[in-house]
Amino acid sequence: MAPAAWRAGLLSLLLAPMLAVLAGTLLAPAASASVAQTVSVSCLPQPDQQGCIAGTLGGRNDPVEGADLTLVDEAGTEGDTVTTGEDGKFAFTITEPGAYTVRLDEETLSDDFELLGPAEVSVNVNLGANAAAFFEIRPDNFEAGGSSRGERIVQGVANGLKLGLLLALASLGLSLIYGTTGLSNFAHAEQVTLGGVVAYGLVNVGGMNLWLGIVVTVLICGATGYLQDRVLWQPLRRRGLGLTQMVIVTIGMALAAQYAFQYFIGASNQKVVVRDFGTTTIGPITVTNQSWIAMGVSIVMIALVGFVLLRTRIGQATRAVSDNPALAAASGIDVDRIIRLVWTASAALAGLAGVFYALAVSNGIRWDTGMQILLLLFAAVTLGGLGTAFGAFIGSIIIGLIVELASPLGAPGDLKYAVALVILILLLLVRPQGILGKAGRVG
Amino acid sequence: MDTIISILTAMLSEAIAPTTAGLAIAVIGLNIHFGYTGLLNFGQAGFMLLGAYGFAITIKSGQPMWLGIFVGLGAAMVFALILGAPTLKLRGDYLAIVTISAAEIIRFTGRLSVLQDFTGGALGIRSANYRGPFVDLSPFSKDPSDQFTLMPINYTDFGGSNAVRVAALLVAAALLVGAIVVFRRGRAALAESGEKRTPTSSRVIISALSLGAFIALFFAIPLSFPQTGNDGWWLRLVGWSLVVICSLLVLLLVRSPWGRLLRGVREDEDAMRSLGKNVFAIKMQALVIGGVLGALGGMIYVLPSTVQPDSLGRQVTFLAFTALLLGGAATIFGPLLGSILFFSLRIGIREAGDAYIPNSIMNSQQADQFAFIVVGVALMLLVIFRPQGILGDKRELRINV
Repeated sequence: MAPAAWRAGLLSLLLAPMLAVLAGTLLAPAASASVAQTVSVSCLPQPDQQGCIAGTLGGRNDPVEGADLTLVDEAGTEGDTVTTGEDGKFAFTITEPGAYTVRLDEETLSDDFELLGPAEVSVNVNLGANAAAFFEIRPDNFEAGGSSRGERIVQGVANGLKLGLLLALASLGLSLIYGTTGLSNFAHAEQVTLGGVVAYGLVNVGGMNLWLGIVVTVLICGATGYLQDRVLWQPLRRRGLGLTQMVIVTIGMALAAQYAFQYFIGASNQKVVVRDFGTTTIGPITVTNQSWIAMGVSIVMIALVGFVLLRTRIGQATRAVSDNPALAAASGIDVDRIIRLVWTASAALAGLAGVFYALAVSNGIRWDTGMQILLLLFAAVTLGGLGTAFGAFIGSIIIGLIVELASPLGAPGDLKYAVALVILILLLLVRPQGILGKAGRVG
Repeated sequence: MDTIISILTAMLSEAIAPTTAGLAIAVIGLNIHFGYTGLLNFGQAGFMLLGAYGFAITIKSGQPMWLGIFVGLGAAMVFALILGAPTLKLRGDYLAIVTISAAEIIRFTGRLSVLQDFTGGALGIRSANYRGPFVDLSPFSKDPSDQFTLMPINYTDFGGSNAVRVAALLVAAALLVGAIVVFRRGRAALAESGEKRTPTSSRVIISALSLGAFIALFFAIPLSFPQTGNDGWWLRLVGWSLVVICSLLVLLLVRSPWGRLLRGVREDEDAMRSLGKNVFAIKMQALVIGGVLGALGGMIYVLPSTVQPDSLGRQVTFLAFTALLLGGAATIFGPLLGSILFFSLRIGIREAGDAYIPNSIMNSQQADQFAFIVVGVALMLLVIFRPQGILGDKRELRINV
């Protein structure tokens, strides 16, 4: 019954988040099923009863598994020892407030990682509160070790193309919606997350075959786009609600959707598939097999969208609506139908991007996966020229390359997203209409 | 009954919390941007974070507090100039995209481990490092055991039974309803007679009724905090005084000829241009002033706890927008009313969800997430069905970029 309950949960999640409570009852067994699959120690603070010290060893993409940590209290007495799970997380539950020290046993730290900071971290914790214990750990081959700068640049180009293609898949829809309706949809990234979350529900929790799961996910996501336009956006357009107000509506929707995701799948990374696909090396580039597939499917889908836009009547009509909705309507094009189609296709493409992003880039889906790439999507769309579908493609590839090449070329790793945003702001100074945009559109 | 009173207590202490005061000041700034000028600034949290960093880092490195305030406000001013220069000549959604991106850049930069000595990295700067000079200014007792209770005379002096509290709460509710009725009648009368100012008599009645409701509310739910401390009455007094000062400042600004320019830009940029006004300069002035208010709010916001970059992320901007739209954009009291109502309601939803819905359906964390879901849906519904919020005027809010 779990998958059925899951789907019921997801539908209500998009259509009426207010029903969240109800769906939560249905979903409860499914959620507990997923917990059993991953080893993770968790702790919930209770006011006046217990507090938590928690942390993660390693990054989200390279967690440290199997390291031992010991809790030492103020008097120096050793308490619990815990071992990190496969997500690198650890947690201690304490019943007395005060200052504690968390000690990392360096012997148990895998050889692939090195400890940069001290092996002991002090934290103050109160009852009913969470305290974080941070250890500075990074993969041994983080810099210099293993690969030369040239190799890392080549690898960065490959990863950049992968990220760029996935961003393109998502940003095409963003750009088409902007082109046909003038709306900057801040909830588009949540459509991306939705793809990953639905796939997690179908494949991991529901046990569906991965490829079938991807197809069903895309269909479900497309349906959410259709329903959104039917229930929300078309009535709002009819009422003549201003674009600024509509942008704020998308913000509200993004906020509700993010927390609805968190409500259902929790705050941690959820894997769509647990098994390992292995890697394939072509030339100097080594990436995982699912990345090759993701890139291949993205190219095919983007080419398909391009073909539809350029060579079919529907595509021609879409471009006409983008250019001038009034004129398009006057020449017999059903503008509402085209916009409905654009919403459906955009949501489906974003969902597909979300599944592959979870499979090939972030190794799982989190409630905020989409939120993290939202600004990259906007940067890509603006860079290419707001409202131009091919501009969105070019912009996405450029942004993908910038993000992945920032670290090999010397920017601090944490700043790789910020670099793309800085370039966006600089570009607006010089050429605000973007690479392919027309100057007249921005005034 | 006890559960309801504990929920009300949580809501009331959130309503007067210093963080709410800080957010209210940021919302007042956002009101200048969005409400009066029609600028879509999605990076108000970035302005708050910059103000907080400027304030905290300057004081942490041993400089006096006035310099910290100056640095924080100056940083926000420079930030506004940098953001405004490329975008204010373009259509409005460019400003939205760039402000939200720039706020994220500040947050990412603050989290950098390279800058740990300055910003404290992802953990941030604890307030113990910078609140010293502020606490020293306090005229009140600095002993943490010296608590002050608002109201000093409360239900415990009258037997302390729940019946007394409920009676006082009912009185508070009745007085509030009375104030609202008088206010609405005044509005209706104004619309009929076409006069501009509410008559003094009804203003006095509204003020008296609100004051009575305030007293009755705190009579039923007295709150005590240390007089000074990191989260005491001194900080509350300063925070809420600043809220009042900023509201008055905005009142003076928007009633001046400059305020008319702002509204002119909001209603029709081209018309303003054809009148020979420098629209770019007007927008830039609005962006700078609102951003500086945001930075000021950020300083108050971080004083009780820490300057933690992730606690001033995108969500805060969206909460600020919701509070503004709830209270009423382009009004003087809208941001104040909206912030107090919105942030205490959010806590109320969370606490009620936690108390009344069994843990098997919704645990404490999920109750918090549920409160955010309600916020998001409320924001959508507000914009669609009541864009003017509680106090606003619908005709003023046909903002289009």
